[in-house]
Amino acid sequence: MTALEVTVNGRTHREDVEPRLLLSDFLRHTLGLTGTHVGCEHGVCGACTIRLDGAAVRSCLLLAVQADGCTIETVEGLAANGELHPLQAAFREHHALQCGFCTSGILMAAANLLEQDGTPTRDEIVDMLSGHLCRCTGYEPIVDAIAQVAGTS
Amino acid sequence: MKPVPFTYVRAESVEQAVDALRAHGGEAKLLAGGQSLVPALNMRLARPSVLVDLNRVPGLDRIDEENGGIRIGALVRQSAAERAQLVHERCPLLAKSLPLVGHFVTRNRGTIGGSIAHADAAAELPLALVALAGSVITTLRTIPAADFFVGHFTTALADDELVVASTWPRARSGEGSAFGEFAPRHGDFALASAACVLRVENGAVAEARLAVGSVTDRPELLDVEPLLGRPLDDDGVRSLGTAAAAAVDPPPNLHGSPRYRRALLGTLVERALRTAWARATETPS
Repeated sequence: MTALEVTVNGRTHREDVEPRLLLSDFLRHTLGLTGTHVGCEHGVCGACTIRLDGAAVRSCLLLAVQADGCTIETVEGLAANGELHPLQAAFREHHALQCGFCTSGILMAAANLLEQDGTPTRDEIVDMLSGHLCRCTGYEPIVDAIAQVAGTS
Repeated sequence: MKPVPFTYVRAESVEQAVDALRAHGGEAKLLAGGQSLVPALNMRLARPSVLVDLNRVPGLDRIDEENGGIRIGALVRQSAAERAQLVHERCPLLAKSLPLVGHFVTRNRGTIGGSIAHADAAAELPLALVALAGSVITTLRTIPAADFFVGHFTTALADDELVVASTWPRARSGEGSAFGEFAPRHGDFALASAACVLRVENGAVAEARLAVGSVTDRPELLDVEPLLGRPLDDDGVRSLGTAAAAAVDPPPNLHGSPRYRRALLGTLVERALRTAWARATETPS
């Protein structure tokens, strides 16, 4: 077992973990933060996307021990003081989710994209979404929602 | 879908990583961005008994100017290189190939050195490095890109050698480049890919390099002799496209037969040549 200290959504956790434990499983099973979803577990579907020191990354492609000393944000940390994050509000308004399985990963990636490039074009949003599989929406409402927040709709 | 148990070593220096490789022989694997290795661990296609994590090794995450070109540390994230002004100014072919590597989120974690050392036959960065006649700097030596890639997932690296950086020559005046690939969806493994650099002098092709990938087991340079010493014309483009398609023998896969992939390659080569020529002969604004 290896000691791990990590700050998730502003709260610091100290745990002993097996080196082979994936960060996605650490978040879900050790910390109980099941908003991060696990789909393919080999980096294709994008459902497990979280932010590690600000960068949107696949949590199924990281070992929990690699996050030692890092700051993590998951979908549970998006809403502040009971108010939906602007992306969450736009997703609701545009019906950009149905079953919701892919949503948390897309929200975390979109939040990163918007911070990095405040005004991504629709093409840039589509390009980002190429890393996320959604079986419900046909993607258009997702693009609409992100573009509205970006002010490029 | 969970890795087998392994011993985790967090290397704090290049020397420590080399020591760990030496101590464990072929049992140890290096972990950089993990965007290819961790899927293989999760699917248990890879079962190393020791994992040497390079991510905390200092000094490998720099992009520096070197001899007019650029030197990119092995741990530079693909997304960082994608946003680096130096890459766009000095090495437009690399700048054009980076957005084709995986996805926005995987590029945040995937590294330049990892993609090179992994040596997937369909990977963009090895192809661009060969097309540009760049080099791989290891703990032991400097290896020209064309000698570094030996086959699919196979490089010239020794068991106790690791990639420290890669060097990318500067685009010269009169030079134009293009990178083209076809994948069923953005971010999928390409079925065929081509990268081309042309230098034009006095209205004629003075130098040319054309590398193809995905259809071969490593990036391969094709013979471009027929293009030299004259302007690029339709005949030259078409005959090189035909020659490229005839020069390769790709295996069939889920998305295409060998014949289809050869035809794709011919088209990609033609487009890359035309685009590189157009960029080389553009009047600077």
